[in-house]
Amino acid sequence: MGVGIEVSNLNAWYGSNHTLQDINLHIPANQATALIGPSGCGKSTFVRCLNRMHETNPIGKVTGTVRIGDLNIYSDASPVEIRRRVGMVFQRPNPFPTMSIYDNVASGLRLNGFRNRRMLDEVVERSLKHAALFDEVKDDLKKKSGASLSGGQQQRLCIARALAVDPEVMLMDEPASALDPVSTAKIEDLIFQLKSQYTIVIVTHNMQQAARVAERTGFFLNGRLVELDSTHKIFTNPGDKRTEDYITGRFG
Amino acid sequence: MAMQHKTGRANHIWRMFANHAATGLAVLSTILVVAPLVAIFIYLLYKGASSLNLAFFTQIPKPVGEAGGGMANAIVGSGILLGLGSLLGVPVGIGAGIFLAEFGRGGRLANFVRFTADVLNGVPSIVMGISVYSLIVLPQKHFSAFSGGVALGIMMIPTITRTTEEMLLMVPNAIREAALGLGVPNWRSVLAITLKTASPGVITGCMLAFARVAGETAPLLFTAFGNQFWSANVNQPIAALPLQIYVYAISPYDEWHRLAWAGALVLILLIVVSVALVRFVTTRGVLKGAN
Repeated sequence: MGVGIEVSNLNAWYGSNHTLQDINLHIPANQATALIGPSGCGKSTFVRCLNRMHETNPIGKVTGTVRIGDLNIYSDASPVEIRRRVGMVFQRPNPFPTMSIYDNVASGLRLNGFRNRRMLDEVVERSLKHAALFDEVKDDLKKKSGASLSGGQQQRLCIARALAVDPEVMLMDEPASALDPVSTAKIEDLIFQLKSQYTIVIVTHNMQQAARVAERTGFFLNGRLVELDSTHKIFTNPGDKRTEDYITGRFG
Repeated sequence: MAMQHKTGRANHIWRMFANHAATGLAVLSTILVVAPLVAIFIYLLYKGASSLNLAFFTQIPKPVGEAGGGMANAIVGSGILLGLGSLLGVPVGIGAGIFLAEFGRGGRLANFVRFTADVLNGVPSIVMGISVYSLIVLPQKHFSAFSGGVALGIMMIPTITRTTEEMLLMVPNAIREAALGLGVPNWRSVLAITLKTASPGVITGCMLAFARVAGETAPLLFTAFGNQFWSANVNQPIAALPLQIYVYAISPYDEWHRLAWAGALVLILLIVVSVALVRFVTTRGVLKGAN
């Protein structure tokens, strides 16, 4: 089941560049929350702070608190434990090129010492079904490399790989931006189905996509959260002039 | 219109010419790369093939004046020396490469290690031989296969380190992030994901280093020393193909000269076969569509 996320006074830096400034927000459980905003506004940095990925950059720095469920992720657990509970899907599909489709999905469990063959088979099949990819690859599971699939299939493979470790939250950083419209539609359908079991945070440049998949939408600008409200309200009656300018395309 | 047509045509001829010229240059370069190897190989076959017989692979050298004999002990000795060298050079080299690319990136220690590796790469092999002589042979008071293996191993390290580093740096960061994002500890991600993704290049680096030291004579002169008899004892002087070739080639006997040519041929064949074998074994499990 998904859990809610509570962010307070979050600040993040890349070197001396203050990329996120005083972010406070609540992300409810089992819903999709979309984050929109122009390039460089900090929305990607923000999701990378939710699974402590930001600090893997040698010049990245974070202050503030993030609570995921009842866990303060910056004080109660190691980054490795956090990332098992908070899955991530990246902008470009990044399957492990040397691994088969099966091994890609099993990698998260295997690399954490999980060895039970029968359980792995089950998890791999379930995750691939969940990611709506199973029927397309079931005959090549152990024969084909993950890198041999099409871009859209690769991205669904990456989603299956993230689902296999059974996270509570799924972070998606522009998961469809490198895909064609058909693949994008499949990913969006998927997000719709995943909501019942996971809390989803999706960064997107595509405002129609935010409107289609997310209950709530947040607008970031210059490292600050301008507003976060129901998607319907953001797109029909935003509270801030800057949000309105952005969604109507009257920006810069 | 007519004018435009003409320049278009001249342009077309020029492009055709440039295209053929570039292709021609590439073919010529390819020939220049392959020709020396083929020439050496043919010459070795011409000079050495006649002395290659079963005895060459099964017998040890005969005393001066007696005809026949072989280099069985030197072939085995080279194998042992290269095995010892790889045992030292491959893990240390790969380990240092991993440090440079994954852990020390941009740090002072990494820059120092990288600089050291580059200098080590430029150290003449005879100097390596003398160094190992004074570090291992002198304190032990005897020549040994062990010291020869150490000399070869140290010579392998810089090549392996630098190729491993380069190959790891070529692995896209997205792959590392994918592994970390799954909650895989960093060390495990480095070994099971990054190194594995880079492994074809890393293996090439190891093979380059291996092939390079397989023909080295100078570092073995003061360490493995050479041996006219059977020995597989790492604490005893041991025969090696390059040493045996050297001894035979500078000797005044025609019979030994022929054996030296045969030895050189066998040395090259062994290098080619071992490199091909490693390639075959390591690419066998590669999946459809990978890379």
